[in-house]
Amino acid sequence: MKKTSDKVMPLTAAIEKYVHPGAHISIGGFTLNRNPMAAIYEIIRKKIDNLHLYVHSNGTGLDELIGANAVSKLEIAYGGNGKAAPTCIRFAQAVLKKEILIEDYSNYMMSLRFMAGAMGVPFLPTLSGFGSQILTTWGFSRKMRKNDPRLANEKLAVLDNPFGDFGGAGKVVVVPAINPDITIIHVQKADAMGTCSIKGLTFADIEQAKASRHVIVTCEELVQKEDLRHNPDLNQIPFIHISCVCHVPFGGYPTAVYGYYDYDSSYLRMFANAAKDDKKFKAYQDEYIFGVKDHGQFLEKVGQDRLSAIKADPKTGYAVNMKRS
Amino acid sequence: MASKESYTPREIMTIMAAREINDGDIVFSGTGISMLAATAAKNINAPNSVIFFETGAMDSLLEELPFAVADPRIMYWAAANARLTDAFATMQNRITGDRVIAILGAAQIDIYGNLNTTCIGDYDSPKVRFSGSGGGCDVASFVPRCIAFMQHEKRKFVRKLDYLTSPGQLCGQNSREDAGLRPGGVSVVVTNLGIMRFDQESGEMYLDKFYPGITPQKILENMEFEINIKKAVPADPPTKKELQILRDVCDPQRLILD
Repeated sequence: MKKTSDKVMPLTAAIEKYVHPGAHISIGGFTLNRNPMAAIYEIIRKKIDNLHLYVHSNGTGLDELIGANAVSKLEIAYGGNGKAAPTCIRFAQAVLKKEILIEDYSNYMMSLRFMAGAMGVPFLPTLSGFGSQILTTWGFSRKMRKNDPRLANEKLAVLDNPFGDFGGAGKVVVVPAINPDITIIHVQKADAMGTCSIKGLTFADIEQAKASRHVIVTCEELVQKEDLRHNPDLNQIPFIHISCVCHVPFGGYPTAVYGYYDYDSSYLRMFANAAKDDKKFKAYQDEYIFGVKDHGQFLEKVGQDRLSAIKADPKTGYAVNMKRS
Repeated sequence: MASKESYTPREIMTIMAAREINDGDIVFSGTGISMLAATAAKNINAPNSVIFFETGAMDSLLEELPFAVADPRIMYWAAANARLTDAFATMQNRITGDRVIAILGAAQIDIYGNLNTTCIGDYDSPKVRFSGSGGGCDVASFVPRCIAFMQHEKRKFVRKLDYLTSPGQLCGQNSREDAGLRPGGVSVVVTNLGIMRFDQESGEMYLDKFYPGITPQKILENMEFEINIKKAVPADPPTKKELQILRDVCDPQRLILD
């Protein structure tokens, strides 16, 4: 967070300034929707590694980062990318080959953990997970937890209800807060100060942003302050939480951005096919990520035809009758 | 009624699940066949049911079938587009929660309706890794009635789960309540062969119905554990009307049925 009114900077400068090797990072969106893909591709191009990544359910962004060996530790509820990859392929391989350390939670637990971080409390209670191995089986060792002050000393804990049976529960599961070093979200509209207007589902983006020490916002449209202040009911994140704003049209591509464009199912399928084979995957990332200098060049490579085919219909917010595979 | 209509295993599964949904239910749905079952119920037997998704969309129009619960197709014409925490609150809300019914899938299920969607093999050195809980553990913890969609195979109906992701009746008797969970979890299992439910006392799965052309014996042959088949009766086959609505109204492009 900074106090100056203009936080606009080029994406490459923002990544350089805020995303460092070993950072605890969270990314917004959900599976194949509103992932901050331009920022993720830039992280990969800059070969920033050893990241500790927090997501609830993620797909495209998660799998690109893991495939590029950028992630060493992962706290997650779900790794899937829609029909193209019901389980994210590089994610699954990295777990099998023990290339990443993983800690499994549920979607609600991860969402509450971000909310606890946003609220400034150490934990929040839930009645989810009793009897499950999410509660009892750990991926991170106690030693590892002890050595990193950003991690709680337990994965989860159970507390007696201090109010007796009030509310119909004798005990609760408590989930530890997450306060990432950096969160990156992609939104439809932002102004130069960083106030954000998200259209459609917000997933857990608001909590993720508010829980984070630094926040990079990439946006489809960089709008005037007045445009957002006329209708504050449509804004979800006020500027005080935001570190910098990067204007990146199609910054969520190949995932969907409601009201702007759909997911590109042909790209997601190509990505999934490449992900199944190490050599093919390297060739894919060499061509589409390392072979271009920035997101603009990446979009040129994808081509105007593909971008036109996924253009959202203004009424429904998605590409009506789009060919999907 | 009961004339010999022909149908696919997928069609009968969808219709059997749709019949579990009551009018006025609030239906938690994923995508694929669970989504199709929810829309079939809405068009056949439960016109006032409401579909919602863990991502936060409630009562979306669904003019096109979504391919993921974050598909922009679920955001159009919804009663509200909210966030993850709202979707899970709907399930636990002391006023609305009792009306929620959920549809889940899993890689493995045991005799107590516990589910595994995490891994095959040891958690620290798995042979296969799946997507993980997502909202599955939360749904199984909160929702009073859950339908599990499964393919009836030995490797899926197992004596012991490789990982318990989502709680059912845990180890039976009062173990779910003792663990701290409210009543709920998987209450019915719909497969390509029949329908299983759970004994109120023991918490164990039993065979409730078997489909036309399927015997209880065949069902037992396709599972690793034994279940009680004494109460089992033949299922009423899908009617002409149910099949017609499923095919012509719910999935005319056969995106999921094929």
